[in-house]
Amino acid sequence: MAKKLGGNGAARLGFLHQLEGHTDRVWGVAWNPASRSGGAPSMLASCSGDKTVRIWEQQSTVSSSSPSWTCQAVLDESHSRTVRACDWSPNGKLLATGSFDATTSIWEHVGGEFDCIATLEVKIHGHENEVKSVAWNTSGTLLATCSRDKTVWIWELQPGNDFECVSVLNGHTQDVKMVLWHPSRDVLVSASYDNTIKVWAEDRDGDDWRCVQTLAEPGWGHTSTVWQLSFNMSGDQMVSCSDDLQLMVWDSTVDPSEWTGNGGGPWKHLCTISGHHERTIFSVHWSRTNGLIATGSADDCIRIFAEDPTNVASSVSFCKVLEKQKAHEGDVNSVRWHPKDPRLLASAGDDGVIKIWEFEQDL
Amino acid sequence: MASQLINANPVVHERKARSVRQPTSAHDDLAVEPIDSLEVFDHVRDIKDPEHPYTLEQLNVVSEDSIAVDDKRSHVLITFTPTVEHCSMATLIGLCIRVKLMQSLPPRFKIDIKVSPGSHASEVAANRDLLQLSNYHPKIDHE
Repeated sequence: MAKKLGGNGAARLGFLHQLEGHTDRVWGVAWNPASRSGGAPSMLASCSGDKTVRIWEQQSTVSSSSPSWTCQAVLDESHSRTVRACDWSPNGKLLATGSFDATTSIWEHVGGEFDCIATLEVKIHGHENEVKSVAWNTSGTLLATCSRDKTVWIWELQPGNDFECVSVLNGHTQDVKMVLWHPSRDVLVSASYDNTIKVWAEDRDGDDWRCVQTLAEPGWGHTSTVWQLSFNMSGDQMVSCSDDLQLMVWDSTVDPSEWTGNGGGPWKHLCTISGHHERTIFSVHWSRTNGLIATGSADDCIRIFAEDPTNVASSVSFCKVLEKQKAHEGDVNSVRWHPKDPRLLASAGDDGVIKIWEFEQDL
Repeated sequence: MASQLINANPVVHERKARSVRQPTSAHDDLAVEPIDSLEVFDHVRDIKDPEHPYTLEQLNVVSEDSIAVDDKRSHVLITFTPTVEHCSMATLIGLCIRVKLMQSLPPRFKIDIKVSPGSHASEVAANRDLLQLSNYHPKIDHE
């Protein structure tokens, strides 16, 4: 049973490590899902405006309480422009990277004591311009990518690490900022500069993918660019963050593939969290281990939210547990909780550094 | 190729006399001067209008009063007034201002640029486009 943090006592976000090396803003960080599994050390990938991806590894945890990090590899010579997004496959063996050069690269993680931590397996072409996000589904069989060309592409992994495009999804009317798969279903969500969130599912006969629902005004929706999305551990709730300075939490219990109803759609708005962020919220991540929501913002802060324990109404509400000012010297572009350790949080910023934090709360 | 100017006959204003800054006294040498609206105005006043051989200052598109600076919070807000209400150059002007300030101000500054209220027929859309560029431009690399 995952340990739930977020009691009522004083909360702290302690600075543990700073990972330096990138020479331009860091756009994203991704924990290798195999971190701390079967004795494996924690591993992090980061992608940057300096056109490289870096792989960082924490040394063995046996001797020290907070062992140091080293940069194990710099993946360059693959992308000719900013690397905007990176995502590990569920088994931690493949890393997908999306770039402003309109391509997606797939790297295979070669573990062990070898120098070469990753080899470039394949370059995926298809988008017309900047790729903004890449995402693996939970079984590792599908990869989604999205772009400023307003489309979302779904790729199927073939034997030999080849990729075949199975669908090109049109619908967004502007730049698509992020794609993300549901944790237990092959349901895809996308966030866009057009202020909407779209929910995509496969047709019953498996012939093609379609947009099942658009979370937007009129009705509940953001009033400016939606930057990121994140599901809770079970996938029955999803949180979105936006340039409109709000977070919205959605009920994603109903399987969109099963939706036949008219009017509205399978997912419903649960609550809006506002009044805490001063500038654009670039990143949001819902921890799979401790139930907390972390945000990174253009006001240089990291904030953490928890479900409100004092809320007695039937609806859901959240309260801010902590605000870390000047978390970075510049915009915070990405926040990501560790896949196993409920205390650890990684963040990436315009200042070109990655920071590892430890969350603690008195009970 | 003939192209129509958005505003063929702009009103040109006199350039304000430049005020001379008093040098700080010797024992203030190590102190960093906080950035104020005059300094920000100095960075943008001479930007040339896209359509005419005049500066944004001469056309009254920007003025020192239209700039608000909070040095402690590293925040700059500039509102500018396009010369005509339907000015489709608004986005371009905003971008020029942003680029100039990004090159001139320390990286800690957050910059907000808007059209002044009532000065543009599609104010909401214009401000949205300016914001779109703010999402793009600082975070896009150029080759």
